[in-house]
Amino acid sequence: MAGATRPRQRPVSPHLQVWRWHITMASSILHRLTGIALYGATILLALWLMAVAGGAEMYAPVQALLASPWGQAGLYLTIAAFAYHLANGVRHLVFDFGRGLNPSDADSSAWFAILFALAAPFGVWALATFGA
Amino acid sequence: MTSHSRGAAREGSGHFIAQRFTALALLLLGPWFVIAAAVSLRGGGYTSAIDFLSHPVNAVATILLLVFGLYHMQLGMQEVVLDYIAKPTTKVLLLVLNALVPLALGAGAIFAVLAVNFGV
Repeated sequence: MAGATRPRQRPVSPHLQVWRWHITMASSILHRLTGIALYGATILLALWLMAVAGGAEMYAPVQALLASPWGQAGLYLTIAAFAYHLANGVRHLVFDFGRGLNPSDADSSAWFAILFALAAPFGVWALATFGA
Repeated sequence: MTSHSRGAAREGSGHFIAQRFTALALLLLGPWFVIAAAVSLRGGGYTSAIDFLSHPVNAVATILLLVFGLYHMQLGMQEVVLDYIAKPTTKVLLLVLNALVPLALGAGAIFAVLAVNFGV
């Protein structure tokens, strides 16, 4: 009778805080976060195009913002988010074909996507500065 | 009960295929735009932006980038809303907003590219 009051231990839903943090989990969360960020970046791209069409006067403040440290930091983050979403998107396309899913491959491709994202803005900056 | 054979939403596989098809297009268009725009606009002035968009190849590729990018982001955001927003009114409101925002932006931005090329 004493035992009847205590419910049997049942499996619980895996809450976020009981998971050991690992890179493939970070890569999945980052894919969503960068996707949402790129939604905002695409809105800004559309507004940028409208500002260009609006004429030199309308474009001047946009140009000032893009050249400012805030604008440059925003461009760095946008290119990094895009590079990440692109590399991780390719990773997912490979996953769709059932490849690269074993833990060690999935770990190293996740790290590659993150490092690629951090490096890509410097690559773009180098192209813009020293390119043809 | 034929609808049950196609799953709860009855459009899941179409969504899946469209997301990947647009992803493949963006795999080419995205890096092209980032690099071409960075190289062409490095001076940063208004005239370099006009020069960039006045080139026919750049104009057409930018319009394609907008179409595939806006469609891809709409599909992605739809998935995020369906995953995280439980309250029915908020969910429907966000889904409607997500249907309209890319459409309005696409119309405005494509018109902008055409206006740069052909005048208004």
